[in-house]
This record gives sequence, structure tokens and C-alpha cells, in this order.
Amino acid sequence: MPHLLHALKIHPDDNVVVAAVPLKKGQQIEVADQLLMVPRNLPIGAKLAIVPLPTGSKVLKFGESIGSATADIAVGDYIHTHNLASDYIPTPENGR
Amino acid sequence: MLGYLREDGSKGIRNITAVVYLVECAHHVAREIVLPFRDQNVHLIGFSGCYPNAHASTIVRRLCTHPNVGAVLLVSLGCESFIRRPVEQAVRDSGRPLETLTIQQVGGTRQSIERGRQWIEDTLPVLAAVPRIEMAVSDLIIGTICGGSDATSGMTANPAIGAAFDRFIDEGAACIFEETGELIGCEQFLSRRAATPELGQAMVDSIRKAERYYDTLGHGSFASGNSLGELTTQEEKSLGAYCKSGTRPISGLLHPGDQPPGGGLYLLDVVPDGEVRYGFPNINDNLEITELIACGSHVTLFATGRGSVVGSAIAPVIKICGNQQTYHRMSEDMDVNAGAILEGTSDLEAVSKQIYDLTVHVASGKPSCSEALGHQEFCVTYKSFEPLGPSCLAR
Repeated sequence: MPHLLHALKIHPDDNVVVAAVPLKKGQQIEVADQLLMVPRNLPIGAKLAIVPLPTGSKVLKFGESIGSATADIAVGDYIHTHNLASDYIPTPENGR
Repeated sequence: MLGYLREDGSKGIRNITAVVYLVECAHHVAREIVLPFRDQNVHLIGFSGCYPNAHASTIVRRLCTHPNVGAVLLVSLGCESFIRRPVEQAVRDSGRPLETLTIQQVGGTRQSIERGRQWIEDTLPVLAAVPRIEMAVSDLIIGTICGGSDATSGMTANPAIGAAFDRFIDEGAACIFEETGELIGCEQFLSRRAATPELGQAMVDSIRKAERYYDTLGHGSFASGNSLGELTTQEEKSLGAYCKSGTRPISGLLHPGDQPPGGGLYLLDVVPDGEVRYGFPNINDNLEITELIACGSHVTLFATGRGSVVGSAIAPVIKICGNQQTYHRMSEDMDVNAGAILEGTSDLEAVSKQIYDLTVHVASGKPSCSEALGHQEFCVTYKSFEPLGPSCLAR
């Protein structure tokens, strides 16, 4: 029987995990040796913080920075365009 | 691994007769010549353009002298401007059987087809007598690309390929990654891994060039669909593609047709130099695969999420599917289910070992899924490159 994998820490240095399956709001998931409460319904690939990330700190995925936090991010928070920005070029507005 | 020893000393993992049309006008005749031999490792390749192009000639020359190729039949209409002499010279110098059929001289379609088929009948026994030789992993050149990507590619298939690349490189193989246009935002990571600062700068320049090229063509790199797929920033998207390259130092920068001088990791720059001409640098995945093979790749590791089905002429393609749903829907086309990492039935280390082991098996003769299904796609386009400087190779 496969064990139930909810989220994935891609690189040991990462401070985020990534949803491996669609996640439901309020669901408790165990990942990277901690228990997280899923803050909202999330699709595969969504990022969740596993350490507190104050505004301006680097968000690490693949072991590298994927940009800086634009708001204080708590453990378990969902991370996307509302609280993470590129250090390189602005992400274009999307139709979400 | 038991390979095929060519007279020029190179070692192939397949024993292919290449039938090559030198202009679109010779395509039909070449295809008809190949048809009765389609299950006997006779592959069709060619270049459609009539106007001469040094790059296209280089690619065809490299493919005709690829270690996987044992004999070459060139099919010419007779009045095209393809730069043929260097191709013929290189094949002859390499000791491979060569024939050039000129349709206008032979007397038209039917006679050219008959003559070509007869030459293949006569040549297949010569190929069957090519000596076999023990091959090590350090003899292999391995390419990688991704196509039909989705959010899972950077989570499963690409990092698993990267981990397999690390192991191949540690054992002495040469590994090649590419898509400088999808490395925008990764410049600092790349230059940090360069064997020399000069190489680091050359790679940064190649990515800037790609950025300019795509800008001119109106082709942005980060689309709104990316953020709907839970990619937030340009660097996140690029890193997903970039992690195919693993973690080892980068030894050199190549142009299509350049051969890695030894083991290690290489970046292939497929974007033409100079002013923007001839359109998109990578019109489809097979163009990139063909250019990897022209650099000597024996086998290509192809990461897909949405589900590409392509293979290639000349060198096998191994499909690594990042998305478990795609894998189960299209399993006959997929060699490895990297989506098993998300299903919880496997992990990154196990999938990368599976990729490593399968690559060795395919190099030993096991057909990949696309090979078994008869895929032999192929693509060469007009391009122009300036020679790379000495700083682009660290050794």
C-alpha cells in the first residue's frame, strides 16, 4: 500500500513544501517532520511555509531563492503572488 | 553494455543506416527507400531547405558520423544548394560505408528508389559485421530536455533526472542540458557552478542573448498560465527546468554540433548568434533533441508532465513522466513514472536510480517506449552561429 503523501519538500534547504495532491481546507498534513493545517483548498504544486518567513526573507525552493516575502509569512501559510515577489522581474498579473 | 565500435574509434549504442534527403525534393524518394527496412534500423533524416546553410550542413555531418550510425545513404535531387562535400568527406574519413544517389542522374524516382534499396540490401551485412565492444558509463553522452511541462515537472521528473545526471557525471559520462531561454533568472546559480569565471560569464551572456531573441520574437517566458499552475516567480519557473542539470560543476558551453571534449556537465546554447533571423530557435522539442544528438548524445532523457509521445531518429529517447495521472493515461508511451513520487509509491532517489538503470539498459540495446512504438521524429532548421571562444570549455 502506498503511504499517503500530501506534500513534498523538494530540497533539504527548502523553507517551503509543495502539495503533492489536491489539499482541502482544514486538513491536517504531516510533512518535513511537522504537522500543518491547510489554510484553504489548494491544487497540486501549491507552496506552504514550513518556517516563519518575515517580510523580505528569501523563499527557498529547489534549494535556491525563488524570490522574497512581501508580507510576514507564518508556518503553514499558503505562498503565492500575494506574499512572494521575484527579485528578478515582476510576475505579470494573472486571471485568477 | 555492449556497443558498436566504429572505425574512427567512437562507440555507438545502436547500429543505424541513415538515409538522408538533402532537400525536400528528395524526401519522397528517401522515404520510399527506407520503407521496406523500417524495422531494420534504417532511419530517415534530412534537411528540407534548398538554400545553403553552414549550420544545417554541420548538423547533418555530425548526425551522419554519430556513433550510433554505421552507414550513410545521401539522396540528392541534383540541383539543390546543400553544402554536401564536407558531409561526404567526413563520412568517408570516418570509415563508414557511403553512397550518394543523385535522382537527376540516376534517372528519376523509380530507379533511384530501386538503386537505394539495393544499396541498403548490400550494406546491411556490412553493418551486421561491425565489431561489438564493451562500453562503460564513461563512454556515454546523455542529453536532457523537457517538453509538455506542467507543475509536476519541477517537482518530480526534472529533479530525478538531475540526480541521475549527478551519478552519470560522477562515473565519467558527459551530460548536456539546454534551453537557455528557460534559464532566465538562473544566471547567478549557473555562473556559480561554472568551472571558470570566464565560462560563467559566457553562460550569462548566452542567457541574455536568449532573452533578447525571445523579446524580439514577442515570446514572453512567464505566462499567466504559469501562475495558475502555482508557479509564482520567473526564478521559480526557471529553477524547475534548471534542476534537470543536477548539482555538479558545469564544464563547458556548446553550440549544436559541438562535441563535449570529455566527461562532465555541459550547457547547450541553441539560440543563434547575431541579429534575429530564421524565426524561433526551437520550433519544437524534436529540433532540440536533434541538436543534442548532433552534439553526440547517445540517448536523451525527456521530462514531460502533460504527456509528449515523441522519440527520435538516430538516438533513443527515454520518457520520464512527472505527472502520475498522465502516466496512467499514457503508460505505453512513458518509460518512467516519476509521478510515483507524488503517489507516495516511490521517492526521488528511487526514481533517479530507475532512470539511471533504464538508461544503461537502453544503452545496452533495450528499446525505449518511443523506439518500440516506431517514433523516429527528426528536425533541422536554418540557423547561424559564431564560433565559441576558448573560455567556453574549461578543459
